[in-house]
Amino acid sequence: MSEISLTIDGRGVKATKEMTLLEAARSAGINIPTLCYHEKLEPFGGCRLCVVEVESRGRSKIVVSCVYPVEPGISVRTRSEKIDRIRKMILELLLAHAPDSFVLQDLAREYKADRNRFEKEPSFCIHCGLCVRYCAEVKKKNAVGFIDRGIRKEISFIPKIAAAECWNCKECFPLCPTEALQAAYVLVQGLTTEPAALLRAVE
Amino acid sequence: MPRINSPAELEAFRNNLVSQRDPNKTCITLCSGSACHASGSREVAARFQEEIQQQGLAGQVEFRRTGCHGFCERGPIVVIHPDEICYFQIKPEDVPEILSETIKEKKIIDRLLYEDPATNEKIIRESEIPFYKHQGRIVFGSNGSIDPKNIDDYIAIGGYSALARALLGMSPEQVLGEVKKANLRGRGGGGFPAGVKWEGSRNAPGDIKYVIVNADEGDPGAYMDRSLLEGNPHSVLEGLTIGAYAVGAHEGYIYVRQEYPLAVENVNVAIRQAEEYGFLGHNILGSGFDFVVKVHRGAGAFVCGESTALMTALEGRAGEPRPKYIRSNVVGLWGRPSVLNNVETWANVPLIINNGADWFTQFGTDGSKGTKIFSLVGKITNTGLVEVPMGTPLKDIIFKIGGGIPNGKKFKAVQTGGPSGGCLPDELLDLPVGFDELTQAGSMMGSGGMIIMDEDTCMVDVARYFLEFLTDESCGKCVPCREGMRQMLKLLTNITKGKGKDGDIELLEQLAETLVEASLCALGRSAPNPFLSTLKYFRDEYEAHIKEKRCPALSCKELIAFYIDPEKCKACTVCARKCPSEAIIGGKNLIHIIDQEKCTKCGTCFEVCPPRYRAVRKISGEPVPPPIPEEARTIVKERKQK
Repeated sequence: MSEISLTIDGRGVKATKEMTLLEAARSAGINIPTLCYHEKLEPFGGCRLCVVEVESRGRSKIVVSCVYPVEPGISVRTRSEKIDRIRKMILELLLAHAPDSFVLQDLAREYKADRNRFEKEPSFCIHCGLCVRYCAEVKKKNAVGFIDRGIRKEISFIPKIAAAECWNCKECFPLCPTEALQAAYVLVQGLTTEPAALLRAVE
Repeated sequence: MPRINSPAELEAFRNNLVSQRDPNKTCITLCSGSACHASGSREVAARFQEEIQQQGLAGQVEFRRTGCHGFCERGPIVVIHPDEICYFQIKPEDVPEILSETIKEKKIIDRLLYEDPATNEKIIRESEIPFYKHQGRIVFGSNGSIDPKNIDDYIAIGGYSALARALLGMSPEQVLGEVKKANLRGRGGGGFPAGVKWEGSRNAPGDIKYVIVNADEGDPGAYMDRSLLEGNPHSVLEGLTIGAYAVGAHEGYIYVRQEYPLAVENVNVAIRQAEEYGFLGHNILGSGFDFVVKVHRGAGAFVCGESTALMTALEGRAGEPRPKYIRSNVVGLWGRPSVLNNVETWANVPLIINNGADWFTQFGTDGSKGTKIFSLVGKITNTGLVEVPMGTPLKDIIFKIGGGIPNGKKFKAVQTGGPSGGCLPDELLDLPVGFDELTQAGSMMGSGGMIIMDEDTCMVDVARYFLEFLTDESCGKCVPCREGMRQMLKLLTNITKGKGKDGDIELLEQLAETLVEASLCALGRSAPNPFLSTLKYFRDEYEAHIKEKRCPALSCKELIAFYIDPEKCKACTVCARKCPSEAIIGGKNLIHIIDQEKCTKCGTCFEVCPPRYRAVRKISGEPVPPPIPEEARTIVKERKQK
């Protein structure tokens, strides 16, 4: 196995060829915040919170560490004024949707993000896609998916699949950083369950 | 149909075609692109076919439906060869006269000619009309002379000779070398050197490689790729096949918008004909090289013009860009090396192979070689498609070719590069068009959209409009693009409605930074351009909206009011009768006033007030003067007083 040496936050770090910057940093105990990353899943590159600055051949650029492959000799900075500014903005944009999410609140403290900077949006989902991808990639059930696109994009359980698969699984629930998922699930459950059965379940 | 098995057979076939075609025979061409279909070209064509029979001209004249000639403002266009007599805006009822007068009697019909608005001179020949005279139509020029559904027309003008030369006279490396030397840069927006992209794919490991045509043209107001694909599909196929040979690909895709039915139809016909002739398929021209092309229709997502989103869509999944930092020419469609270039880029390839890189590089600037097709739209006299050498100054395109701004209005800005391009003001009219020049000025080449704006256009509203388009077209995968644009659009909308606050500009700038730096794909990274460029060149307009609640262009509805000047109103009652919301109070000999509560600011009164009075004014940033008291409204005719 060929080893690659690079510098992260001034420290020499050894990594293997197939690693991303995020994996290399974490293996060296350097924390980079993420929302859509999960070690069992293909990198998604959606939340962009894991941006870092890479300097190679005298040029500096902002890259997303969860998908950027390690390169020999590069120098990576995981914090800088600019990176913090971008992370703060991303968090503030997401806090408009999920102001009470514990995960977001913790990060907001770290990056001094103002949860009230933007007007609140009536949706708790931050589109990290963890539930969608976990269900597709790990469970191979595709019971939950994205519908529509852009600012109209939403997660949605597919009632037919969800009715058959979800009750005994629910492994996606703890992955959700905002608990929007449960709300969507309960909604689908409500729509697909006979009223009488629902009443029995409540009792 | 004959299968052509070698360059010699192709040459013989071409010579035979040309010898059968009398260059002095009268040939009537009619523009039949989508734009002219919309203005009645199909009906004109039917009338021609019928009338040629009736007037006994069958056999004496040839009638040909060609692709777009570019001058869409004046379509449908008829050009009569070999004299090149050019008639504009032809209606079916003009057809009998064209045949009986011009064809039979050799008489020019004056009213159908182009009249130069500058000199009032009638111009007969197409090439002498200013719109065409100042262009350099090396790629687009053949559109006006060939029938896109007839491969023989393309062969007769030298079509597929570049393919023969490449496949049997050059090695793939030589083809690659020529394209690199020509410094052909991608016409789809990025401007990446095509030769370098091809080389990357050629050198990438793997036996299966792909070449792809990006015909997912989605910029509002841009249609050059559509016109090329509709009007000269074989030039794109020939370029693609040459590229496949250079790269080592045996399969190609054309990703074309569902909304382009004529392009889909013509390219499918072209593929079928090319297969019959042996320009596609197995053992092309006896060279041993195999290549097949399939057409894929896009489902109408702007983001699928982005290379990785396009490939994801081709694979049958939702069209979202990939987050990977690996170039798609190495890991692309189904994980294989894939070269994606846009329609116009591919159409340039046969020209480079036939004429050589040295010929190609004589056009253009240091960094941008060849020509570029622009779609010139908006507040411009001559709407249409124009092809000019790179390096042509903006003002030549807008004023010499485009004929300037109609209705005596002043030029304000030109928006280049599509929705995520930028707006350039009149100080930059001398700027030569080129990839680097436009980027440095804060705009971009994009795929060649060029929207002209006049003094009545509000630049804040323009930024808002393009942001709205992009917000709607964002795939929603990454936070900066989805959420950042949502907020930018809200802020810009508020500003145009007079709800802008101090600090909004700074917040917009910070959001723009996040989009530019952290978005996943080029859509998000370039989305702030309309805002950033209008802020750079028209900051005073933003400030007027925010601080004074004033729209300097008198365009934002929420910030303007209509007012009738009591000194000028002659009580003609025209405005009162036309007002759709009955907001105008007045009558005979009574000075009219506008009920501001009822007024919907549609602007009808402003438009219909007779020019000799000009009593209706638009007001912004100041209070509307109170209506004059009722007793003072009666107009006493001056003459009677005397």
